Amino acid sequence: MSKDNQLLEEITSKEYEHGWTTNIETDSAPKGLNEDIIRFISAKKNEPQWMLDWRLEAYKKWTKMKEPKWANVTYPEINFQDVIYYSAPKQSAKAKNLEDVDPELIKTFEKLGISLTEQKRLTGVAVDAVIDSVSVATTFKENLGKLGIIFCSFSEAVHNHPDLVKKYMGSVVPVNDNYFAALNSAVFTDGSFCYIPKGVRCPMELSTYFRINAANTGQFERTLIIADEGSYVSYLEGCTAPMRDENQLHAAVVEIYAMKDAQVKYSTVQNWYPGDKNGKGGIYNFVTKRGLCAGDHSKISWTQVETGSAITWKYPSCILKGDYSMGEFYSVAVTNNYQQADTGSKMIHIGKNTRSRIVSKGISAGHSQNSYRGQVQIMKRAENARNFSQCDSLLMGDQCGAHTFPYIDVENNSARIEHEATTSKIGEDQIFYCLQRGIDEESAVALIVNGYAKEVLNQLPMEFAVEAQKLLALTLEGSVG
Amino acid sequence: MLSIKNLQAKIGDKQILNGINLEVRPGEVHAIMGPNGSGKSTLASVLAGREEYDVTNGEVEFLGKDLLQLSPEDRAREGVFLAFQYPVEIPGVSTINFMKTALNQIRKHRGQETLDAVSFLSVMKEKMKLVEIDQSLLNRALNEGFSGGEKKRNEIFQMAMLEPKLAILDETDSGLDIDALRIVANGVNKLRSKDNATIVVTHYQRLLDYIVPDFVHVLYKGKIVKSGGKELALELEAKGYDWIKDEVAVA
Repeated sequence: MSKDNQLLEEITSKEYEHGWTTNIETDSAPKGLNEDIIRFISAKKNEPQWMLDWRLEAYKKWTKMKEPKWANVTYPEINFQDVIYYSAPKQSAKAKNLEDVDPELIKTFEKLGISLTEQKRLTGVAVDAVIDSVSVATTFKENLGKLGIIFCSFSEAVHNHPDLVKKYMGSVVPVNDNYFAALNSAVFTDGSFCYIPKGVRCPMELSTYFRINAANTGQFERTLIIADEGSYVSYLEGCTAPMRDENQLHAAVVEIYAMKDAQVKYSTVQNWYPGDKNGKGGIYNFVTKRGLCAGDHSKISWTQVETGSAITWKYPSCILKGDYSMGEFYSVAVTNNYQQADTGSKMIHIGKNTRSRIVSKGISAGHSQNSYRGQVQIMKRAENARNFSQCDSLLMGDQCGAHTFPYIDVENNSARIEHEATTSKIGEDQIFYCLQRGIDEESAVALIVNGYAKEVLNQLPMEFAVEAQKLLALTLEGSVG
Repeated sequence: MLSIKNLQAKIGDKQILNGINLEVRPGEVHAIMGPNGSGKSTLASVLAGREEYDVTNGEVEFLGKDLLQLSPEDRAREGVFLAFQYPVEIPGVSTINFMKTALNQIRKHRGQETLDAVSFLSVMKEKMKLVEIDQSLLNRALNEGFSGGEKKRNEIFQMAMLEPKLAILDETDSGLDIDALRIVANGVNKLRSKDNATIVVTHYQRLLDYIVPDFVHVLYKGKIVKSGGKELALELEAKGYDWIKDEVAVA
């Protein structure tokens, strides 16, 4: 008994040492990562035991893994014990009105053409706006519910749809897939969950739009999309407004599971804080996105416009397991100042007659480094697989770098693979031509860059494409001349 | 309209223009001729505001404004148009989109309302007819994969759209066969009015059969060494440039 008391004392004093009580009140975990922190996160989210066990298992695996160093990016060693792994949304100080918000941020919003209500919502100012969007979200949820579509936060799904979560979580991106995926599995805070039932065509674009505050919470989001047989969904991720996220580390996981004849279109506009002009600050973005075309004739299409983050490490991929399944990857990655991006795609052909298409457009400016890294793998039984890859690089100025690392691995003779790559520069001649027609330099760069990225931008849903265009122009502002 | 006084310019350390004097009034067409390397294209570029060239001396007044103080885009908005000798390609940007952006920025500058898609298209249709250009060409990415003739025709179309006060045609005849030349020249002639002026920079007299100039100037070693009427062009065609060089040497 005395031994038990001692143990109890030990535990309580340990808790005190980590400042549990205070932190519970402020809705935030202390720095560092250990089993207690994971228990804390799980407890905060009121999770069932199986979810906690899954996290702890992931943590165990993570501790045995090594941070990958093969990407063409350099950054100071990350001290994973110096990161706060859980902090609730209300914890961050919110501005009371727009006057309190960084005027530069407001200026950016105005350039993006984001309305005042929208600005308030994005900066988390107006409570009414938040309430507004909550009610809007609920209306949509009801409409979707009638079709049997489940669209909710990951936490809700853990409680309300445990069978689906248990079955599919980690089925596309296994816990130990890579260092950052394992980390995410251990500490993920929230994210989206989406299930489209058999034969249902989702009537609207699903978006994280309405849960922007929730998204703000975590550096570690986890998204799971399950498309049942013959269903269709178009999913939009991210916010096109420049959210100044001060969190340094961001490691998300997105899993897509497509059954027979299902189609999933996933579009991202990523605009995390890229750091300042001298490369100070910014997000380290380590993301694992993967889709599994599990059923025959299924299709998964990734479209991404990447403009933010100091470091981007991201390879949205497709595993083409079902026969006649199809994977697509359309990407525009822009780096400016001291940003570094190592991004691309993997297409793993397992099924017969599988097809994949990669269109990657890199744009580098300033002192940035922009790498395309892609893998096309044709497995033994993938008869008649086809891949087309196109990797273009556009350079602005003479201080930046563009790199291409294509890996092609073919084990079946019937495969047909095409790879095209170009590198070009925005010429003074092109700019002058525009100027001579009365177009100012900023608009000229915007025109040229959007023309270059057109094939990818065309893949985005209409409203998203318009904002992405503006965003490209904004990111590259002042990078010529 | 345009008054150039003692204009001198260099690129790098190389002096190219050595004191150009030229007066252009509304309604006039001036031809600038001269042997290769005499500074014809440099003059066109300097007037349009190309940054590689340093103006070392002289003045240029355009419609009462100091042209050299204006940025290239403001020169364009004030009404200076340069038809390029080598129009550049801009992949993924259609001529239509390009022109809509340009025209609206110019209109904004002039205090006019910008055009919406519908009114822009109706203006465009009208100008297309004028310069005999097909819409399929304008839907394509700007100058990408265009033939030499198509590029030049596209330049003239753009000129028609932007309605400049002063148009500078830089070697517009180069790379054109006779039919293309005629179409391009027809376009230019239709755009002539008593309110605008044209400077035609050319090496050969051929273009001047179609665009008949009021004045012909011979540029040599960065200076206008001889000026005259349209018959001067014919004389140059018959005798070549050597006699001019000799005249200059004697003087």
